[in-house]
Amino acid sequence: MSAAAPVPKLEITGLSKVFRRDSKQVVALENVDLALAENEFVALVGTSGCGKSTLLSIAAGLQDFDTGAVLVDGEPILGPGRDRGVVFQSYTLLPWLTAQGNVEFALRAAGYRGAELRERAREHLALVGLDRFADAYPNQLSGGMKQRVAIARALSYRPKMLLMDEPFGALDALTRHHMQELLTRVWERHRLTVLFVTHDVEEAVYLSDRVAIMSNAPGRIKETVPIPLPRPRSYDITASPEFIELHRRVLKSIREESIKIAQMDDALSDP
Amino acid sequence: MPRAGSDATKTNAGKTNAGKMAGAGTQGRTGDNRPGRRPAAGRIRRPSPFRLTTRLSAGGFAGIAAGVFAGLLAAWWAVTATGLVAPLFLPPPGRVFGKLVELALNGRLWEDASVSIYRIMVGFLIATAMAVPIGVLIGCYRVWEAAIEPVVDFVRYMPVVAFVPLSILWTGTGDAQKFLIIWIGTFFQQVLLIMDNVKRVPWDFIDLGRTLEMPERRILTRIVVPSALPGIWDSLRISLGWAWTWLVLAELVAATSGLGYRIVTAQRFFQTDTIIGYILVLGVFGLVSDQAMKAVSRRLFRYAEARP
Repeated sequence: MSAAAPVPKLEITGLSKVFRRDSKQVVALENVDLALAENEFVALVGTSGCGKSTLLSIAAGLQDFDTGAVLVDGEPILGPGRDRGVVFQSYTLLPWLTAQGNVEFALRAAGYRGAELRERAREHLALVGLDRFADAYPNQLSGGMKQRVAIARALSYRPKMLLMDEPFGALDALTRHHMQELLTRVWERHRLTVLFVTHDVEEAVYLSDRVAIMSNAPGRIKETVPIPLPRPRSYDITASPEFIELHRRVLKSIREESIKIAQMDDALSDP
Repeated sequence: MPRAGSDATKTNAGKTNAGKMAGAGTQGRTGDNRPGRRPAAGRIRRPSPFRLTTRLSAGGFAGIAAGVFAGLLAAWWAVTATGLVAPLFLPPPGRVFGKLVELALNGRLWEDASVSIYRIMVGFLIATAMAVPIGVLIGCYRVWEAAIEPVVDFVRYMPVVAFVPLSILWTGTGDAQKFLIIWIGTFFQQVLLIMDNVKRVPWDFIDLGRTLEMPERRILTRIVVPSALPGIWDSLRISLGWAWTWLVLAELVAATSGLGYRIVTAQRFFQTDTIIGYILVLGVFGLVSDQAMKAVSRRLFRYAEARP
């Protein structure tokens, strides 16, 4: 419209979060700034306990925060909303509904009815390659299949963005690779903004346009690394020198954090 | 089976042998079924009653269970047939079953049982109809939990037996008193069990509802309740077992009909065969109602069963 920079799809500014338990205070997030452009895929990586899942949960509106702001299209969020689809690590498929039923459940909440509801659910199951399993119950599906249903469910009602909290963390390595390829394929076809939390550096580099690295205690965005690898990406790219170099760079940055923590632990345990 | 103990010692002794023997090619020999001669790994071992990993087929399980029942029955028969216990205190099994058949044929057994079944159904349904909504309420909302849970927990620890005199004073000796005792005995327990079932609903399920912008009430009815339902059904099944106990207690103390009443009357006339027969009938009723609820659960909550 004008010459001004476009408003980010998701913008987190000056965000702080303190956990208070009894009389103790733990600063989980301190002054976090992160902006996701429209249709940008950003991976958020960091050592365990750095607050990356907390940050995603706050962006989803599921947790409150102390200071700062979370903006979607420039507007502050007021709790959770259908403009932000969330994919949880624990799949969260409702066990009494079939795969189709689970997608329809979300669509019904979003106001869809009748033939359109069924058609749209089927379409999204097909998108993740599960149209043949529409009538299967979650306990008949493998972990990878369950997460595919959850992704179909989150995409079905057309959110502005997808927030994914270590969605492939509970899967075995082989299934995880399949899921990463599937997600890349789906995302390259139906672009949308994605914030993807993971502790798997290879996964982060392979999937994203930009990797945001978090520091520990307190959680901050330490640096962001652009991933200028060409698209569409296939898994072969993980063997390319460019990929290996980016992987090394991100890993090095995270390793500095884990070394810092180890030293802090040593300092605490030494009298 | 009686060799189980010696098998265990053999296995221990055999372990030292196993290494040598395996090298000597014994492991390939067929017909040598002694566990002690086998190498420690790679073979299916004979089930031992004291090995944590022992599996048992459905047939094996039923066989052992039936064997124990048969053994108890045989012991009962033996102590009465040898005159070790006087028939006045413990009549032989044949006489007890004969008496039951007689009571079944002249209609008295059904007369007594139908009264008791009616009482337990009404009492249990009243308790359940009250406990489910209250349990769900306090499982979901902290304010209501604070208001209700401590009171329920307090009453739960009061012995039901102590309420019997009071219940007679309040409601007489009719059916209402039986309903009241069953209610006191089951309602408070049910509320706490159901609260626990509701609290076990994963937070992520509730968060899912919130990210879908579902109104609070719909999260409750569409996510929390269906999610807790298999657990709630199980809690009801367990509390139905207790309800039988409280029913018979109420009927023993003050009643003019029912299975418990017949047991007390039989005691006055030294009809030990009737007493034991009715106790067995109560056991069977408890077992049947429990299995029936389990069967319903398997049908209703088929999705909750793990299938490979």
